[in-house]
Amino acid sequence: MIHSLFLINASGDIFLEKHWKSVVSRSVCDYFFEAQERATEPENVPPVISTPHHYLISVLRHRIYFVAVIQSEVPPLFVIEFLHRVVDTFQDYFGVCTEAAIKDNVVVVYELLEEMLDNGFPLATESNILKELIKPPTILRTMVNTITGSTNVGEQLPTGQLSVVPWRRTGVKYTNNEAYFDVVEEIDAIIDKSGSTITAEIQGVIDACVKLTGMPDLTLSFMNPRLLDDVSFHPCVRFKRWEAERILSFIPPDGNFRLLSYHVSSQNLVAIPVYVKHNITFREGSSQGRFDLTLGPKQTMGKAVESVLVSSQLPRGVLNANLNPSQGTYTFDPVTKLLTWDVGKINPQKLPSLKGTMNLQAGASKPDENPTINIQFKIQQMAISGLKVNRLDMYGEKYKPFKGIKYMTKAGKFQVRT
Amino acid sequence: MTDSKYFTTTKKGEIFELKAELNSDKKEKKKEAVKKVIASMTVGKDVSALFPDVVNCMQTDNLELKKLVYLYLMNYAKSQPDMAIMAVNTFVKDCEDPNPLIRALAVRTMGCIRVDKITEYLCEPLRKCLKDEDPYVRKTAAVCVAKLHDINAQLVEDQGFLDTLKDLISDSNPMVVANAVAALSEIAESHPNSNLMDLNPQTINKLLTALNECTEWGQIFILDCLANYTPRDDRESQSICERVTPRLSHANSAVVLSAVKVLMKFMEMLPKDLDYYGTLLKKLAPPLVTLLSAEPELQYVALRNINLIVQRRPEILKHEMKVFFVKYNDPIYVKLEKLDIMIRLASQANIAQVLAELKEYATEVDVDFVRKAVRAIGRCAIKVEQSAERCVSTLLDLIQTKVNYVVQEAIVVIKDIFRKYPNKYESVIATLCENLDSLDEPEARAAMIWIVGEYAERIDNADELLESFLEGFHDESTQVQLQLLTAIVKLFLKKPTETQELVQQVLSLATQDSDNPDLRDRGYIYWRLLSTDPVAAKEVVLAEKPLISEETDLIEPTLLEELICHIGTLASVYHKPPSAFVEGSRGVQHKRLPGSAGSGESVESPDTSSAAGISDAPPAVIPSQGDLLGDLLNLDVTPPATTGPPPAANSGVQMGAMDLLGGGLDSLMGAGFGAAPAAMPASFSAPVSGGLDDLFDLGGGVGMPMGAFSPPKTVWLPAMKGKGLEISGTFARRAGVFQMELTLMNKAMSVMTDFAIQFNRNSFGIAPAGPLQVLTPLSPNQTIEVTLPLNTVGPVMKMDPLNNLQVAVKNNIDVFYFSCQYPISMLFVEDGKMERQVFLATWKDIPNDNESQFQIKDCHLSSDAASNKLQGSNIFTIAKRTVDGQDMLYQSMKLTNGIWVLAELRLQAGNPNYTVSIKSSVVQPNL
Repeated sequence: MIHSLFLINASGDIFLEKHWKSVVSRSVCDYFFEAQERATEPENVPPVISTPHHYLISVLRHRIYFVAVIQSEVPPLFVIEFLHRVVDTFQDYFGVCTEAAIKDNVVVVYELLEEMLDNGFPLATESNILKELIKPPTILRTMVNTITGSTNVGEQLPTGQLSVVPWRRTGVKYTNNEAYFDVVEEIDAIIDKSGSTITAEIQGVIDACVKLTGMPDLTLSFMNPRLLDDVSFHPCVRFKRWEAERILSFIPPDGNFRLLSYHVSSQNLVAIPVYVKHNITFREGSSQGRFDLTLGPKQTMGKAVESVLVSSQLPRGVLNANLNPSQGTYTFDPVTKLLTWDVGKINPQKLPSLKGTMNLQAGASKPDENPTINIQFKIQQMAISGLKVNRLDMYGEKYKPFKGIKYMTKAGKFQVRT
Repeated sequence: MTDSKYFTTTKKGEIFELKAELNSDKKEKKKEAVKKVIASMTVGKDVSALFPDVVNCMQTDNLELKKLVYLYLMNYAKSQPDMAIMAVNTFVKDCEDPNPLIRALAVRTMGCIRVDKITEYLCEPLRKCLKDEDPYVRKTAAVCVAKLHDINAQLVEDQGFLDTLKDLISDSNPMVVANAVAALSEIAESHPNSNLMDLNPQTINKLLTALNECTEWGQIFILDCLANYTPRDDRESQSICERVTPRLSHANSAVVLSAVKVLMKFMEMLPKDLDYYGTLLKKLAPPLVTLLSAEPELQYVALRNINLIVQRRPEILKHEMKVFFVKYNDPIYVKLEKLDIMIRLASQANIAQVLAELKEYATEVDVDFVRKAVRAIGRCAIKVEQSAERCVSTLLDLIQTKVNYVVQEAIVVIKDIFRKYPNKYESVIATLCENLDSLDEPEARAAMIWIVGEYAERIDNADELLESFLEGFHDESTQVQLQLLTAIVKLFLKKPTETQELVQQVLSLATQDSDNPDLRDRGYIYWRLLSTDPVAAKEVVLAEKPLISEETDLIEPTLLEELICHIGTLASVYHKPPSAFVEGSRGVQHKRLPGSAGSGESVESPDTSSAAGISDAPPAVIPSQGDLLGDLLNLDVTPPATTGPPPAANSGVQMGAMDLLGGGLDSLMGAGFGAAPAAMPASFSAPVSGGLDDLFDLGGGVGMPMGAFSPPKTVWLPAMKGKGLEISGTFARRAGVFQMELTLMNKAMSVMTDFAIQFNRNSFGIAPAGPLQVLTPLSPNQTIEVTLPLNTVGPVMKMDPLNNLQVAVKNNIDVFYFSCQYPISMLFVEDGKMERQVFLATWKDIPNDNESQFQIKDCHLSSDAASNKLQGSNIFTIAKRTVDGQDMLYQSMKLTNGIWVLAELRLQAGNPNYTVSIKSSVVQPNL
């Protein structure tokens, strides 16, 4: 199982280490540093590294490498999933997961890590249980603790760990009972030169924020559950009911959680909400290139495309770019050759465009790589797959909760080749 | 105020100050001090000097303080064992605390203190906790058994904790079950042979019930444990599959992959015509695709596993090609894996799309990725015949870009395409030749030289081109040198008149000026071939080469089966058997997929399990087809080929030796290689029984893993007679198992299925030890390697010649008969070493009538070398005598039917002719 954990920051300092079994010398990280040196980009460090006596499995999150050390055969996904859980927990507790935040809360971090693994076996990874065991630091609590000397470690046995619904603590009480669900879809797509879709798929999630008193039992049904043929559920969802009736039935955890994630694959037709007209050319023998980009909405069901951000890695030979945006602002970093254009909202009557010239290094030959254009956008109040919630019902409690559903579509890895 | 304040103390008297604070009366101060101590500990400062002071703080009702002290204890107990004893009492007391949280915490912490002295005190509290009324305590205690086992395995066994742990599998609480399984699995890993987890239908049922209710981590443990179970029949298999499938929708990817493992394994047992089988196949695709939308690290592990799954069951993901398309900002390790899977999934249906993508990738920035993309185009051409033309034109387009590394890669793969489709695309040679000067990588140069040599008759200035390479001969890498040598010899054989000078030049460079034995040997062979018999040389060097196989980088089937059983583990990421690399797993059992229900009887063939046992070195990809060839090729090609962990035996690279040995390789050639460079093939004066004859060209067998000689494969059933089925084969004795190695090739237009094999009665009662393992239908143009283990318990009938074997092979088309001869040496058993005394007595007892004598000519081996070589084939040297400058070797061998054969081998220094006398108590007309 998991032996040790090292946290390494961007500059290569090990700023925290935790051992669940015997101590593994931090020199084991040298193998990691070697791999890091070989990798051109920070994110290119291979996630599984073998050393003579150990295996290092790492994830990179928030510019921190979480490096787990294992000695025997352990499923790597198990380790990676656990590391993700550590990151999520830190974020949950401290708001951000940065080196500074971790250092500021080192005692809590240690207490958390100690509770999450026992001898390398996961112990308590549910945020609800952890929060019962170790109270998250808040400004108020820190002040109270300093004054009264009380602690942020729970005195009670976390009841959830033993109940049939380990994800929910007992005795929850709210004055305002509310349940919000966000349907968020990310669209990943590769569009080729001519504008036709090579591949497009949708990653959707339903995130919930449930603040309900007692032990509510919820059911959520969809207008078109047929769309959801590839789903991953939170453990609270009763799978049998879903199989039989296509209804989500569950006792929710308290607070924020991801109810389900789903995947609408490329085999279904995926609507592409924006199109790009582009013309990026270099002429042989000239030190100038033309750059011409126009964006427009399509298949958006009348909803506005907002927060549009275009970025593109221009060829290495480009020295600078002299462009004229019809709206928004653009920047070009001459070192990384990254062009970004913050477009804002697309007005269908007046399509945003970015036109102008690029200057090549004197004497440089015509670049042979074609820049890929990366687009980010958001569309509110629409799920691009067409998924719609039909109704949400609550059983088991008597009060009337306040319910809300929100839809949003975002660009995931949305790439246009030129 | 944040915790960072604990890190700021860097003053000199720090420890001293802390000590004072720890002993303070004020609770608050104490706690602050402990926090400071912990903070120092975490950043690696040594605060062990404070041990007694910290331990004193342990007796407190404050849970946080208690936990902090426990943390400290775990870290430093090992360095202060005597002091740690002080803590024991508190632990024992805490284990009886009314609060289960405290009880669990105490038993948990105790297990983490790795001090022998303490473990003894641990046993009693642990026993109580294992039977605690609170499941939270029981589950913690279960893990504690694993901890204790790690510290003192004997103690755990003596105290009977393992049995208690096994009982916990039947616990009412699913979390306890999961932890007990996890603990047992971990213990079992260091105890490979103990039957800790005796899985039976009852326990399986309990596990499956617990599976639905325990945490995600517990589910992983249980699923991994389930994967070790072998169901009794397909019914049970199906019911387990049905209960595991819901796990495919779990949010935790590790649960998903473990479930995939269980399903992939148990699916083997389901009959393929079952409806449920098809349903299951369909259900497997979406979760695998979903894994690919996760974070890159998860994607990587998933992709490595999908690579295995695709090789085993391509049908699962055949419609999902698009999800493997590369995004430009994927990390490089994800890109490379996706590319690999794309090629595996490439088929006629999707090849156009794949090629368009690959071409796109070839213009990307990352050099490694671009190279691999270009290679991928070549692999597509070889895999999907219909696409070859399009691939070649794509490659030509890429060559026109003149990007140096793209051109070089393209040339390397075009050479492979030539090997697969000879005389089809030679029109592009002119374009290739234009780029000759820009090639600076050995592999590309070697490929180009090969092309020039192979098609010398079509290239007008081939001699000039090769000559230009020859100028810097000594600066080239071995690979290029060998290719150049072969290419010039080819050129000479094709255009003898104008290249005489060139060939002499290269031969003298290779034989006289080179230090490389491989190069020198090959030079000598060519030289002798050319000088003795140019016609034979032509036959050998310009022989028709076997076409390269469709996919060269497939994982060897037995290894693949094992890896499928290990989906989701490190083994699956590295594509190596677990025994090969995980430290501390002594003698891991090799897992195998269960047999399909259709075959009825057990599929455990001795050969596959032993093969897996041997392969602790980097797994050899070269299929069982003639290890002889394989060895030579490996030697030849790239010296570093053995270092890379992924078995990337590129077909193209092997070519150098292939054309040398090509079709012309007969067993005689083999001798020349292993023996002294100038040795001429050994031959017998009298064509004695086939067995000995073959034995003496053992030369080639020197490098073989088991030392036993195995003749190269010969065609037994030509396609003409076999209605399109061509069978070639040989016999081998590997790791004591006598086996037949067959290559089945479908040259017909239709798919072949239902293979079976039978032998006629024969002299030694040889019979197949298992059915012919051709599980998948053989599609047109497909070749399959089959190993058939043999035994010698079949019916006996004397054959003429003695070693003749008549074989019948059946498939869905017809039954075919052919006969072949096995070398007698295959029948020599491993325990054929006679006692000296017995040997002497027997030798004397056998009448002289039973002796026959003959000569072996032209064998340049010393007596020791000969003895070693013969030993490899189970001919054991009992004694050695030197009389009048003559070495006499006395040898014994035993046949499978128990007949002993004794031999005397006389060697005279300087005389290449040996004299052999053979005696046996049983008179066989031929022996």
